[in-house]
Amino acid sequence: MTDAMLHGHGDPYLLGGRPHEGPASKRITTGYGFWIFLLSDIVMFSCFFAAYAVLSGQTAGGPKGAELFDLRSVAAETAFLLLSSFTCGLAMIAADVRNAFWYQIGMAVTCLLGLGFLALEFREFAELVGRGAGPTRSAFLSSFFTLVGCHGAHVSAGILWLLTMMAQVFAKGFRADIMRRLLCFALFWHALDIIWVAIFSVVYLLGSGT
Amino acid sequence: MSDQHLHHPLDLAPGDEEEVRVGPRLLGYCVGFALAILLTLTSFFVAGTSLVWQPSIPVALIVLAIAQMGVHLVFFIHITTDPDNTNNILALAFGLLIVFLVVGGSLWIMAHLNENMPPMDQIMRMQR
Repeated sequence: MTDAMLHGHGDPYLLGGRPHEGPASKRITTGYGFWIFLLSDIVMFSCFFAAYAVLSGQTAGGPKGAELFDLRSVAAETAFLLLSSFTCGLAMIAADVRNAFWYQIGMAVTCLLGLGFLALEFREFAELVGRGAGPTRSAFLSSFFTLVGCHGAHVSAGILWLLTMMAQVFAKGFRADIMRRLLCFALFWHALDIIWVAIFSVVYLLGSGT
Repeated sequence: MSDQHLHHPLDLAPGDEEEVRVGPRLLGYCVGFALAILLTLTSFFVAGTSLVWQPSIPVALIVLAIAQMGVHLVFFIHITTDPDNTNNILALAFGLLIVFLVVGGSLWIMAHLNENMPPMDQIMRMQR
């Protein structure tokens, strides 16, 4: 009766303690550390969401969300970001099987979709400011620009990171340290998509309903 | 028997899958993408329709959003309930606790504040 059998089958949830295994691999500690960072980032976003939810009615006589939001543009942004999450996942599969060609294709498509998202968002912001509904108009618009703009800033940083990862794989190949960075990048990109789900539901769809 | 165990590490990094074959992994991303599209379309449909009872729409939108975040967590970030994911799940659970405290607490407190405050013109008169 070996240790592995005891722990592997009689006790799948390791309630009797773990077999001695030494420190976790670098991939696990790196990924876990980045996971904790992402969760703290999500906590930060939750503060902006709370501010938006509290202030969404305080329009100071200015325009309400329902008069400002263009849901077709939001739907296109959502499609871009969802698709980019999908292609990012495909690029990670290609990286895991060490296929540089499909990896670069997947990352390039992800980059283009992310840029498309940013272009639509910039157009929307420029239009709002042009109509006199900039962040200084009311508390509602301040919190709107802070929340959505913060997500946009994250996407911009993500695209810079994406281009860096394309260049690093091109120059250095699929080394273990590069693969760890790719793991973190994929987590970051998927987390941005999760935050966007909350934004389009709470800000745009709820805001345009009432 | 113990062979199978040796192939499974005791922990997985968040984002890593237990599955290593390409076919099933591709299928996983496709299923996740299809579910996400379905939930997004439902959200946009529900927000603009007059077919459902209007007061139920905000609740429906929030439920759909939470469902879609779950889909993303499971199919894209590969969070599972396996023992090799215990640490990832616990960190996530703590993060969610803080998120709900911050958002729920703010809404709750500010709603009561608004309710118990006199209207703005009355405050102005009191300050004079």
